[in-house]
Amino acid sequence: MITLQQMLVLSGLLFALAVAGIFINRKNIILLLMCIELLLLAANFNFVAFSRYLGNIDGQVFVFFVLTVAAAEAAIGLAILVCLFRLRRGIGVADISTLKG
Amino acid sequence: MFVQLLFYTFSLVLLATAAGVILLRNPVHSALCLVLTFFTSAAIWLLIEAEFLAIVLVLVYVGAVMVLFLFVVMMLDIDIEELRAGFTRYAWIGGITALVLVLEIVGVVATRGLSPTIELKAGIPPSDPTLSNTAELGAVLYTKYVYPFELAAMLLLVAIIAAIVLTMRHRQGLKVQDVAKQVATRREDRVRVLKVEAERRE
Amino acid sequence: MNQNALNPTLLLAIPLLPLVASLVAGLAGRFIGRAAAAGVTIAGVALACLLSGIVFWQVVVDHAPVFNQAVYTWLVSDGIPIQIGFLVDSLTVMMMVVVTFVSLCVHVYTIGYMHEDPGYQRFFSYISLFTFAMLMLVMSNNFLQLFFGWEAVGLVSYLLIGFWYTRPTAIFANMKAFLVNRIGDMGFLLGIAGIVYFTGSLQYTDAFASVDRIASDQFTLFGGHAWNALTVICILLFIGAMGKSAQVPLHVWLPDSMEGPTPISALIHAATMVTAGIFMVARMSPLFEGSDAALSFVLVIGATTALFMGFLGIIQNDIKRVVAYSTLSQLGYMTVALGVSAYSAGVFHLMTHAFFKALLFLAAGSVIIGMHHDQDIRNMGGLRKYMPITWITSLVGSLALIGTPFFSGFYSKDSIILAVENSPIWGAGYATFAVLAGVFVTAFYSFRMYFLVFHGEERFRHKPFPGEHDHVDSHGHAHVHVPHESPWVVWLPLVLLAIPSVIIGFIGIGPMLAGSFFDGAIFIDHEKHPAMHHVAEHAAHAMQMGLHAFATPPFWLALAGVVAAWFLYLKRPALPAAIAAHLKPLVRVLENKYYFDWFNENVIARLSRGIGQLFWRVGDRVIIDGALVNGSALAVGWVASIARRVQTGFLYTYAFWMVIGLALLLGWFLIRVG
Repeated sequence: MITLQQMLVLSGLLFALAVAGIFINRKNIILLLMCIELLLLAANFNFVAFSRYLGNIDGQVFVFFVLTVAAAEAAIGLAILVCLFRLRRGIGVADISTLKG
Repeated sequence: MFVQLLFYTFSLVLLATAAGVILLRNPVHSALCLVLTFFTSAAIWLLIEAEFLAIVLVLVYVGAVMVLFLFVVMMLDIDIEELRAGFTRYAWIGGITALVLVLEIVGVVATRGLSPTIELKAGIPPSDPTLSNTAELGAVLYTKYVYPFELAAMLLLVAIIAAIVLTMRHRQGLKVQDVAKQVATRREDRVRVLKVEAERRE
Repeated sequence: MNQNALNPTLLLAIPLLPLVASLVAGLAGRFIGRAAAAGVTIAGVALACLLSGIVFWQVVVDHAPVFNQAVYTWLVSDGIPIQIGFLVDSLTVMMMVVVTFVSLCVHVYTIGYMHEDPGYQRFFSYISLFTFAMLMLVMSNNFLQLFFGWEAVGLVSYLLIGFWYTRPTAIFANMKAFLVNRIGDMGFLLGIAGIVYFTGSLQYTDAFASVDRIASDQFTLFGGHAWNALTVICILLFIGAMGKSAQVPLHVWLPDSMEGPTPISALIHAATMVTAGIFMVARMSPLFEGSDAALSFVLVIGATTALFMGFLGIIQNDIKRVVAYSTLSQLGYMTVALGVSAYSAGVFHLMTHAFFKALLFLAAGSVIIGMHHDQDIRNMGGLRKYMPITWITSLVGSLALIGTPFFSGFYSKDSIILAVENSPIWGAGYATFAVLAGVFVTAFYSFRMYFLVFHGEERFRHKPFPGEHDHVDSHGHAHVHVPHESPWVVWLPLVLLAIPSVIIGFIGIGPMLAGSFFDGAIFIDHEKHPAMHHVAEHAAHAMQMGLHAFATPPFWLALAGVVAAWFLYLKRPALPAAIAAHLKPLVRVLENKYYFDWFNENVIARLSRGIGQLFWRVGDRVIIDGALVNGSALAVGWVASIARRVQTGFLYTYAFWMVIGLALLLGWFLIRVG
């Protein structure tokens, strides 16, 4: 049967891949969004695994809410992306440094 | 043993597709890889008997969110080459950070006394073993977590409105009717009575 | 609970009524009108006076136990509760009755005196506020509330001296009063700090209980010289009293304070506020009894004030200034009494003086009204015929002031002289000379003023010394103003005050000086300071004391003063000028008030300005502005110019740092916790 350790290591690897993805795709905002989805997925893995392990359903409820928030975040993130594209005819993050103020 | 085999297969697919998400050059391919990642995740969650969340993951993520991603990626005219420029510039930092993170997480797992032999279901048994996973979730979701649940609904509503507001465009020069304006028009706005002096005969 | 215990609500109402009235008249004065503002403040003070009378009755006749408790705790800081509390004993109730009664008279008088002034409501608000502050001062049971009342009366005094704020002289005078009082208050505050340092409490009772402990302790001040702690504290407290009660050398503000309206001079600068210092020292008698050095200091200062300020009264020509210097001199008498441990005699003189000096001031105000705001006594004369009530009451006040037997001033002043003569304390010899000489001087200047104003030639017909008021005549009368008697609201307070000026001494001396009136309120160490004991022997028989007076030097000295004044100013009016011409250097010293103002302005003020300039140039502009303010801004700018590079503005940089931070946090978690 599957052990808790296996699940945790799997989620850790998924998390690390997503982090690496953020570094690699630093200029592509769509891929940054996808990496964030992966990060959340890795976190959800942990919640589900511990929920099963502890016999406590609350962890899965939390996953439910994380999914809700992630969906909302994706929707708005993409909407912003569309706006950005209309404004600049491109979505390169490299030339956006308005955060500097 | 069969479950173990299935788990390793799915895990391999999961990690491979995740690597595909971050490494493939074309965003469409990445998005498709992400779809597969979510599918395999759902499969693993099924394996550990979290059926409801597995189905939700497929329905919500694959059915809605990923379609949205694909839609946006395809709709926008993206210059892939420009986005890939300097691809490897920070890749080594990413690699090192990822490696460090993996080592740290494994270290935590290893040092917490979680020996490889502890099975997932060997912990505390669920309070009521006769209930299915969905029924179990539903029992708390509409009682204990009813306010967070309502808040989540509000959050989604706000997200919908925000997305619409952000993307809606008012184009200038379109010849469309404004019914409310037409109905609200009053006589004085449209009709002008002029007194014209009669011209005198020369 | 005792049957006849004092009611805290009643006590609280006494100071709060004038406060409420003051707020109503001050804040809503414009809406409720002049009559209502006057009405509400007079009602407030009258009610406070009535309640004070009831409390007086309860304490003195029914022998209610001493009320000493807090009514409200504001906060507790470092274990020291900061409270509003009342200590009501015989000393307090006497002060309460005097304050509210004189205040009531002044309120009524103000209706007549100020009726043309545009600041009518403001004035009533101020004097009611003053009554509140003074009551808080006398009723306090702790040092902080005493200090609050002390400062509050100072503030109102400042506001009222500068009441006519368009006059530069008034503004100068109120600033001067404020600054001089700050010096005294600094000493007072340090004294309080000393008490808190040694006892850890602000309560009077705690301070009195630990006198012996403080007396055995020492301060090391001024280069390692050890000082007795009690002496230092007492002298510091007395410096506060010197500021408020205008003792040399902090007296300079009081004559100038006459720039304020006359009712104020009567209420604040003669009858009540200036006596706060005397009251405070009497209240602190257990402390002062422990230090002979402090008492000698008090005695010498008081004696100097009593005599030398009297001299200045002789050469003044402004009617209010004469009375002001007389006040200074009388305050000196009170201080002398304190110095020889005759606290009850000092407080007794405080009370009688409050009545007759308020009377004299209000009478002077009445004269000023009658003279159409000409204050120069050289322009008066023969007013007796035109202002009979003012004349009679002034005569009563003057007789009381110079100590005519059976008048109130006689009993209090002779008690003081008796006490000084019998005191073994250091400086008593000088003080005896000063107070005896002071009797002559007092009689001389009092009757000089009296004769010049009410008798002799009617000089107002030709005005030998035209003042500013003669040029600006808004009344539209003929050129010669014939004085007229003042309206009833002005003379009624005069009559009300004249009654106690005559009888209060005869009634009061028995219980207050010989009896047990002040037992428990004032503490005297009879072993060391026997002066009061001698006084009590005489004071027990008021009638005999009055009769015996005809055989004692003070009476003959006073008579000599009156006769001299009569001779010089009625019989031979040309003589004073001739004497002055012969004694020119002496007159110049007197005219310049012993050069105190000159010294203050040219030495102290100039030195302060110089130091201020130095601090401004070096401390402020170079160190604070240059090094600290601009320097720190430059330093921040320099650090920021480096730190700014971290902020690239690129989204991924922030993401990178977040992830790296996460990795570090996890690592720390692994090492530390794991």
